[in-house]
Amino acid sequence: MYDVIIIGAGIVGCSTAYYLSQYDLKVAVLEACNDVSMGTTRANSAIIHAGYDPEPGTLMARHNVKGALMIRELCRRLDVPYKQCGALVVGFDDKDMETIQTLYERGLVNGVEFLKILNREETHDLEPQLSADIKGALLAPTSAIVSPWELALALMEVAVENGVELKLNNKVEAISKSDEVFTVRTSEGEYHGRYVVNAAGIYSDAIHEMIGQKEFTITKTKGEYYLLDKSEGRRVSHTIFQCPSKVGKGVLVSPTVHGNLIVGPNAEDSDNTDTTYEGLQFVRKTAVRSVPFISFGDNIRNFAGIRAKNDRGDFIVEESHSVPGFYNIAGIMSPGLSSAPSLALEAVDWLKGKMELHKKAEYKETRKKVRFNQLSAEEKNELIKKDPRYGRIICRCETVTEGEIVEAIHGVIPAVSIDAVKRRCNAGMGRCQGGFCGGKVAEILVRERGISPLDVLQNQRGTNILVRELKVK
Amino acid sequence: MTELICIGCPRGCHLHVDEENDYKVTGNSCNIGAEYGRNELINPTRTLTTTIRLSGGNHHSLPVRSAHPIPKKLLFEAMEVLNHREVKAPVKCGDVVYADILNTGIDIVATRDLD
Amino acid sequence: MFDVIIIGGGPAGLAAAKKCYDEGLEKILIVERDTQLGGILNQCIHTGFGLGVFKEELSGPEFAHKYIEMLRDTRVEVMLDTMVLEINRDKEVTVINGNGYQKLQAKAIILAMGCRERSRGAIATPGSRGAGVYTAGAAQRYINIDGYMVGKRVVILGSGDIGLIMARRMTLEGAEVLACVEINPYSGGLPRNIVQCLNDFNIPLYLSHTITKIEGENRVERVTIAKVDEHFQPIEGTEIVFDCDTVLLSIGLIPENELSKVAGIELDKRTKGPIVYENMETSVEGIFACGNVVHVHDLADNVAMEAEKAAVGVCEYLKGRKSEGSVDVTTYEMIGYTVPQHIHLPLDKNKYDFFFRVRKIFGPSVIYVIDSEENVLARFNRQYIIPGTMEKITVPKVLLEKGKGNLKVLIEEK
Repeated sequence: MYDVIIIGAGIVGCSTAYYLSQYDLKVAVLEACNDVSMGTTRANSAIIHAGYDPEPGTLMARHNVKGALMIRELCRRLDVPYKQCGALVVGFDDKDMETIQTLYERGLVNGVEFLKILNREETHDLEPQLSADIKGALLAPTSAIVSPWELALALMEVAVENGVELKLNNKVEAISKSDEVFTVRTSEGEYHGRYVVNAAGIYSDAIHEMIGQKEFTITKTKGEYYLLDKSEGRRVSHTIFQCPSKVGKGVLVSPTVHGNLIVGPNAEDSDNTDTTYEGLQFVRKTAVRSVPFISFGDNIRNFAGIRAKNDRGDFIVEESHSVPGFYNIAGIMSPGLSSAPSLALEAVDWLKGKMELHKKAEYKETRKKVRFNQLSAEEKNELIKKDPRYGRIICRCETVTEGEIVEAIHGVIPAVSIDAVKRRCNAGMGRCQGGFCGGKVAEILVRERGISPLDVLQNQRGTNILVRELKVK
Repeated sequence: MTELICIGCPRGCHLHVDEENDYKVTGNSCNIGAEYGRNELINPTRTLTTTIRLSGGNHHSLPVRSAHPIPKKLLFEAMEVLNHREVKAPVKCGDVVYADILNTGIDIVATRDLD
Repeated sequence: MFDVIIIGGGPAGLAAAKKCYDEGLEKILIVERDTQLGGILNQCIHTGFGLGVFKEELSGPEFAHKYIEMLRDTRVEVMLDTMVLEINRDKEVTVINGNGYQKLQAKAIILAMGCRERSRGAIATPGSRGAGVYTAGAAQRYINIDGYMVGKRVVILGSGDIGLIMARRMTLEGAEVLACVEINPYSGGLPRNIVQCLNDFNIPLYLSHTITKIEGENRVERVTIAKVDEHFQPIEGTEIVFDCDTVLLSIGLIPENELSKVAGIELDKRTKGPIVYENMETSVEGIFACGNVVHVHDLADNVAMEAEKAAVGVCEYLKGRKSEGSVDVTTYEMIGYTVPQHIHLPLDKNKYDFFFRVRKIFGPSVIYVIDSEENVLARFNRQYIIPGTMEKITVPKVLLEKGKGNLKVLIEEK
């Protein structure tokens, strides 16, 4: 019997687990996939928005501004890549400059610090690679970039170390309630709990309707991206947004915390994460309006993510109207990543109204990670002396050692696939996209997990990379 | 007259082979082409390269080849034979791992030292 | 202190080491990141190697084996399982392995890091991202080294040699290769590989086509290809759909020059490799380069020969050869690049080789070498030149001596 069952291990579920793990509670997290951060959290723009965009008074405005500050602190505590690179919203005409003025004013009301409207010269001084057609820009120095999947992972790792039970590969199939106890049936078994937090992302409406009335509807909106080689990573130093207009929200161009350049997204209603010819063409064409000389020949990966747009136009952070004890954090579209920790605290506060919460006598709040390529020569040698596997470079593009890969495989939340290893230590994230190291990571997975090569997964279940032994016995 | 691209070397000469005239080859740059053009129409052959299962060592797959080209029509049959063959490590490059494949008189040899 | 440190133990590194040794260098070190020498040759189990260097047709492992045997009883030192993290102009080589992180000092360096495969991102092929999409080389490793099959029904994108070789390999192992799809109007591979890898097995080659969609949630289930126009844009209505579980990518190779960049070595945008002189010296004195790190070759034999040139260059450099300026070698549009891009003065070799690739198929043509005053210094007739094959011309010194200023290589169809 659990005190709280969290459904979904994306950034919202992980944040909630992290904060709840500080209390004397029995908490389970049910996740359909074989790892945390497998949905929207894994595939988005990776921006921590400053908070000038949401309309004042909305939940989005409140949680964005508060969440962004929390994330800065969390990334420090949890050793997660984060960089406050600032953002520019660029304008091409008078209409855009009006929008920029509106955003500026919204930002002031929302409590965003250091906002400034720049003229054309000031904009080009900051970002010489921007189009000559730009008239001016809104500068938001507190906008930041982050590694979203590493943040989610770090939050959940600490939560697990504090006693939260993470149940991967548990797809929720039915929910019922009797005598004040929820029963959540999954593909793997049944879990009982007093309270349920629904953080199921694009499936949060379906999950809620397993037990409650229809209260909101999620529309799945696909966004497609380019991720470019590090040789393009310094094309711009701020996140470059375009003004939202009738034509659409525009496409951003931004450095990433890993040193690449990200370009996207478009927006299309779709429930799959396939990239499309038309979608990518649109992203490309729209992006070069603001940053004309992006070298798309240096693209290393395309991907698409699905955002959970809801029909209310604001976050849904509330107890279900039809099911007491069931808390929805749903429709967490942009700025969802930026807001996640603040949304999680909202859930904690709700729970405080339901039951008495006591902080544990001892709990972990921090995490430290070995990033070999960032160590000094002395530190490298020391580590290699302790374990020679840190002297074996497996991923050449990102300089990732066998030691780090083994750590990922035996971590608090063990990596079970090639992509899971990548999310934990960057192996395969570079320009060759695992062309060289994929096979070696597979080999290490086989050895460390004691599995057959035929069971090595690229990512989720069913993505086995090998189909049979070459020769019959 | 048959047109062929010579596979004797990377140059890839465009050959003409005259069946009516004792398979006379034109367009070649060397003797390999003359021989290839003629053989290709009478009895086409190919060198088979594949791997066979290796046991008792650190590696599980041994690269092998036919010491000489074998009739092209026997490629799949030869694969079938070799697919069931297993050799024990260590193996030296050049070791015969299967003698006289399909009665062609041609051996299958290891192409690498493996232990 | 090493006379020369060779970075990479594939065909280029092996041949360079052998030649350095033959030329009498004392302290030679090969640094190789794998646990064995040979590089990519070890997974290239097909024949087609050795005709140029050893006058016999060998498989990749046999070609490597010959060099490894030749080096066995020499003083050439080898560091395996060791990665070079950085080199600099002072010829310091920072390496890392299970013993630690250290700096080695050399008098000269030979870059022989080879190349890597272009991946799906480079051409932004749309679709799903499940399992079943591999670069041809990665698939080759799984199949030939690890002994596991990567799929049953295969579509190959690109007609580079590795893709063609894998078409045959997978067919022999029981897979069905449904199509080889090439965006250009000509194949990127050698003609002999079209014959013996595709035609022999009735595998259709779709020229001027590309993949426009990959479908399948967890694994590839279907791909759509379409014909492209002259701007490589898909033409609506020309789609063909294949039910398949695997896509192999053979869409080109890129010289691996991360170390060169950090060392400040000047690269050629066209080849993506270092700009080199006739002795394979880069823009940094005492750092030489050879093989696929300079420009992508079709044959390991050519790599080996280029490596020998670099080795001789190193020996001359260590003996104190001094040059007095240089001339540039430029090209006209239809010749993609030349290697070398510069020639040291004074001209002290009997003959000079120039390697290049053309940008389209040429029938009977003449290749000219002209000087800055448009005087023709040398001309070469060719019957047939294709982009898939590297072309070579050899110009005697006596002809080059007549030229004034820089050189230009151009081609005209007859």
